[in-house]
Amino acid sequence: MTKTTTDLSSLWVYLAASPLLSLTVTLVTFQGCVWLNKKLGKSAIFHPVLLSMAVLITFLKVANISYDTYFKGAQFVHFLLGTATVALAIPLYHHLDWVKRMFFPLMIACFTGATTAALSAVAVGVWMGASRETIMSLAPKSVTSPIAMGISEKIGGLPALTAGLVLITGAIGCLIAAPLYRLLKIRHDSVKGFALGLSAHGFGTAYAFDISQLAGAFAGLAIGLTGLISAFLLPLLLKSLGI
Amino acid sequence: MLLGISILLICQLCGEILVRLLNFPVPGPVIGMVLLLIFLIIKGSVPKTVQTVSDALLNNLALLYVPAGVGLMEHFKLISKDWLVISVALVVSTIITMAVTAVVLKFLTEHPIDKENPYD
Repeated sequence: MTKTTTDLSSLWVYLAASPLLSLTVTLVTFQGCVWLNKKLGKSAIFHPVLLSMAVLITFLKVANISYDTYFKGAQFVHFLLGTATVALAIPLYHHLDWVKRMFFPLMIACFTGATTAALSAVAVGVWMGASRETIMSLAPKSVTSPIAMGISEKIGGLPALTAGLVLITGAIGCLIAAPLYRLLKIRHDSVKGFALGLSAHGFGTAYAFDISQLAGAFAGLAIGLTGLISAFLLPLLLKSLGI
Repeated sequence: MLLGISILLICQLCGEILVRLLNFPVPGPVIGMVLLLIFLIIKGSVPKTVQTVSDALLNNLALLYVPAGVGLMEHFKLISKDWLVISVALVVSTIITMAVTAVVLKFLTEHPIDKENPYD
């Protein structure tokens, strides 16, 4: 009996530290969540990514596995995020005619959107009396996380906090998109996708691909444009406001 | 399949190299995306093998965000310090941003796009 317990616990010690377990758990959890999401009528509150995050965080806390250990396995999935970003060029290429035709509206919408994203977050922060650090960490929250963390550092925020806020923003974007578009009578997939990618970066883009390939293409375009514009614009904008 | 992966990885690699050499404020993969787009425009079509790999990646895009998303557990402490301001700021700002962007773009394009949408 004692021997079996030792065997099992040493097996657990081995598994908990191995990349195999976290990789397998990630894939299985996600597929389970996609299935559950379908059963629940594809509701945005139970978005597969949000569900998976909740399940996996709970699992890691209960099993007392650190994020670093988990990431050793999950990094194989995470790595593909960069490659998938490159692959966004393909839907973009297929819809190049529309992008060309909409070039100026897209640029203006992106400029307006990126400014709104930063200023509205900063305004709420100032109004509610948040610390300067928190306000600066909030400013780049709609930008894709690698760019957002860089901006945050530059303007005096906390990059780690910004990384967390970017994730929550992405989740909020997926939750509000459908009701907001219904309310504003937004029917065009290009517009839906672009606004999703601009305000909710990669999470929004994954959600946009659920709408259509066209929406996904415009969301991918929005991530790149918003990142570029914000990286140059945000530090100047905040400085000129004297915040 | 292998050729498709290689093309994507080469673009990603060149993106990373360019970003580091030129000190660009954007991540390598975003530049990689631009490079691949230029390649496709010059070539005039999407190689089938690139299409296959990119479909596989983009159809599962949501999964790829899970490991980063779980990273939220690392930030609970920082967020809980200012949680009320943060929650209000994020919800209000995300709603306003999405609404402003969508309305501006809708207004400016006068929606000619939908009529030709092949995915409808």
